[in-house]
Amino acid sequence: MENERVDQIIDKHGAEPSGLIQILLEIQSENNWLPKSALERVGERLGVPLTRIQHIATFYKAFSLVPKGRNKVHICMGTACHVRGAQRVLDTVQDVIGIKPGETDLDLKFSLETVNCLGCCALGPVMEINGKTHGKLTPAETANVLKSYE
Amino acid sequence: MSEIVLEIDGKKVTAREGATVLEAAASAGVRIPTLCHHEKLEPYGSCRLCTVEVEAGGRTRLVVACVYPAADGLRVRTRSDKIDRIRKLILELYLAHAPDAAGLRDLAEEYGADRDRFDKEASFCIQCGLCVRYCAEVKKKHAVGFVDRGWRKEICFVPEIAAETCWDCRECFPLCPTEALQAAYVFVEALKFPREDPPGDGAVPERS
Amino acid sequence: MARINSPAELEAVRDAILAARDPDKPCITLCCGSACQASGSLEVADRLEAELREQGVDGEIEIRKTGCHGYCERGPIVVNEPSGVSYFQLQPDDVSEIVAAIKDKGVVERLLYSDPVTEEKIEQEAQIPFYKNQKRLVFGDNVKIDPKRIEDYLAIGGYAALAKALSQMTPEDVLEEVKKANLRGRGGGGFPAGIKWEGTRNAPGDTKYVIVNADEGDPGAYMDRSLLEGNPHAILEGLVLGAYAVGAQEGYIYVRQEYPLAVENVVLAIQQAEAHGLLGENILGSGFDFKVVVHQGAGAFVCGESTALMTALEGRVGEPRPKYIRSNIKGLWEKPSVLNNVETWANVPLIIKNGADWFTSLGTEGSKGTKVFSLVGKITNTGLVEVPMGTTLREIIFDIGGGIPGGKKFKAVQTGGPSGGCLPEDMLDLPVGFDELTKAGSMMGSGGMIVMDEDTCMVDVARYFIGFLTDESCGKCVPCREGLRQMLKILTRITTGEGRDGDIQLLEELSEVAKEAALCALGQSGPNPFLSTVRYFRDEYEAHIRENRCPALVCKELIAFHIDPEKCQACGSCRRKCPAEAIDGGKNRIHVVDQDKCTKCGTCFEVCPSRFAAVRKISGEPVPPPIPEEDRVIVRKSKKK
Repeated sequence: MENERVDQIIDKHGAEPSGLIQILLEIQSENNWLPKSALERVGERLGVPLTRIQHIATFYKAFSLVPKGRNKVHICMGTACHVRGAQRVLDTVQDVIGIKPGETDLDLKFSLETVNCLGCCALGPVMEINGKTHGKLTPAETANVLKSYE
Repeated sequence: MSEIVLEIDGKKVTAREGATVLEAAASAGVRIPTLCHHEKLEPYGSCRLCTVEVEAGGRTRLVVACVYPAADGLRVRTRSDKIDRIRKLILELYLAHAPDAAGLRDLAEEYGADRDRFDKEASFCIQCGLCVRYCAEVKKKHAVGFVDRGWRKEICFVPEIAAETCWDCRECFPLCPTEALQAAYVFVEALKFPREDPPGDGAVPERS
Repeated sequence: MARINSPAELEAVRDAILAARDPDKPCITLCCGSACQASGSLEVADRLEAELREQGVDGEIEIRKTGCHGYCERGPIVVNEPSGVSYFQLQPDDVSEIVAAIKDKGVVERLLYSDPVTEEKIEQEAQIPFYKNQKRLVFGDNVKIDPKRIEDYLAIGGYAALAKALSQMTPEDVLEEVKKANLRGRGGGGFPAGIKWEGTRNAPGDTKYVIVNADEGDPGAYMDRSLLEGNPHAILEGLVLGAYAVGAQEGYIYVRQEYPLAVENVVLAIQQAEAHGLLGENILGSGFDFKVVVHQGAGAFVCGESTALMTALEGRVGEPRPKYIRSNIKGLWEKPSVLNNVETWANVPLIIKNGADWFTSLGTEGSKGTKVFSLVGKITNTGLVEVPMGTTLREIIFDIGGGIPGGKKFKAVQTGGPSGGCLPEDMLDLPVGFDELTKAGSMMGSGGMIVMDEDTCMVDVARYFIGFLTDESCGKCVPCREGLRQMLKILTRITTGEGRDGDIQLLEELSEVAKEAALCALGQSGPNPFLSTVRYFRDEYEAHIRENRCPALVCKELIAFHIDPEKCQACGSCRRKCPAEAIDGGKNRIHVVDQDKCTKCGTCFEVCPSRFAAVRKISGEPVPPPIPEEDRVIVRKSKKK
């Protein structure tokens, strides 16, 4: 990400240290991950030490310090999904794409994350890929859904 | 500044207004164990070892002495069965990380803590934050910070800053309550060249 | 629309909106809440719009896309106005019939709700058991409003409470009314909002803040999301009233970035309210100034804790502060700050509009008004339900929720989110209220209600919640970071058959230390899932530890799948579906599970036709050896003849 664009985002949020998280969120959403150069730029402009930015960037779940895969797979591990078999869905996904939650596969096809509740408890267990919700999944259906992504 | 009188373990103690219970106790010679406290640093309240019982307004509760403000008429108990039980278990949790640390050994003996109560952990760090906070609050260098959260939280040096400032300072090394070499170890790791398998573009390790 | 400069102008605007509306004009209200969107309501909406155009009635029939109606189990949902006829589980292909029926003043029978017992069709939403037993004061307006249109909120009397307060009440009056109503916080501990506000009002200093906690993180609870998505102006109105009462000039809405629709709707609502003079400078010409900023949470459960949330608002890592001064006295940027959750703020305009006496006429001695619960898990009618405080768990789960699906038996209900507890069957007649739930070893929390049936293992549930909290612990203090983690390790070994004598006791010790010595509420209430399950289901813990048996047949390491040779008809369903290729069999050959290959995913158990029911789960006993090869041939009765 170009420093110019990073600057625009910083300016939009008023270049205040209190806006740090909002700025990082916008960079994350636009760029899909937080490159170190961008973090340094933000630190410089806001006068915030890099140690604090690093802590924030690793503390909150929304941020990633590595590039993410083309397809973002979110497995809901909320309570309602849990009692309806979310673990089995997660096991299947891990078997099929061979990565654990928090990881991205080598050809950047999938990133896998677990999330706490997608608020679709009626459809549990739920898997969301790129914002599309797949509900009432069984292990067999889960494997089928994954096959349809390139 | 005005003075206040409180009671610690039955003793009348005079303290300045704004002092914490820990400071008041120290001035009266009552020792309360701590691991994350440092007089030059802001109270942090993370090790919970200085948990004491206070009675104010007819209510008794457990608080940490390093943060709780001393107040006129406050009654403090620094030892009780419950307090000792809490300190013992906290020490046991720490001993899983640093079973041989000298600073913990004496306390463990005092409270009867069993160093083998929990399975041993790979890291010696107990997240007291002394090195991180000292670097930020006293030295204002911000060379070492925390990354991640929960049990994955660890200390991490920023190589660029560390390479420039740490060699001549190293004041954080002896602060470490478990192993004086903990910060030193992470520091050297950060400066290794070439760094082993830099994650991403070399910022900080990805959370798993 | 222009800026509104006085309460009188507000009424004039409202009258004008209503006058321009024809109450008899058909309007299709379609639920477009997040859950219904996941069920395809946006596709239905698109088709509906196209259909109206095609049939040339887009001027005669309106569509209103609303927020969540609550009955998520049956989404997408349409409620027709003015007839009240409701349709459920719609597909895009259903819309032409719906439009045709409106034109003919008829009803599409097949899309109506059908009573599961009597199979009687019910036309009116209000007559459906799920809705009939609710009292939807806070949540009921969702169906009447397009959350993107301030006019809709104004049309149903929106901002009237604010106008009343600003023109007829002093800030003290507003505070007194909320205190008198005994409105208790709907997000966690149930602290009386009025007392919190009073502390802030009386605290020294001119700068004060009011904050909406919309960092709803409890897994299985989504009422705050649905309110913020479906009726954002109600929360704003409540917030302005709070600001007026305590003397704040600035407010924040802390909302999870995982809730994009809520963020979008509330940002739009703020813009609209500002443009109308309902936010910003000189609100409704009263001289009162107040502005609101939306802050998106970046994903940390602990930020629901008040001091952590305020730290996050300041742009820092969301670690709770070790303070013994309440944040209503010293909060955001060390200034007095009132923090309440979405549902609490949404109640404020109702209290001001209708009076504290009206509010306290509902509920129990200690808990007034209504509460929205998210009823989820093993329940027939998943959804959001709002009932007066004091309604029993049984009424909520069975009368409204329709009981447990699949003929299963109720086992427990988990309330209060991860820090809450599980209540067993003999507590079903407990009236829900803050104090009642706490006394029973659980809590109200934000109103999550997760129903569990006999197939739920309570040790596994405790492990799940402690695992969740371990993951969400900020890591600052040791009783939570290390204590919960050790609890998770012990619970994990119990559920994997490695439990030891003394484990329950050790868990109890760790619980005590977390409860007494942790820094914030997350750690202090963290052991609750263990404490409440061991209180009511101790025998399950003992079965795991002593007999290596999971009574609910859930814990993978303690169960095996076995095909009963007496029952297997060699249909081949399980063998074809087994993802691990762990089933050996063939035509007319009794199927056998290879226990070494089996990953215990349970697919065979699910696909075995119920008329055979040959696959069974076993636990605490050895798996019977595979039957000898020569006995595996099935001789069909018909062929025997």
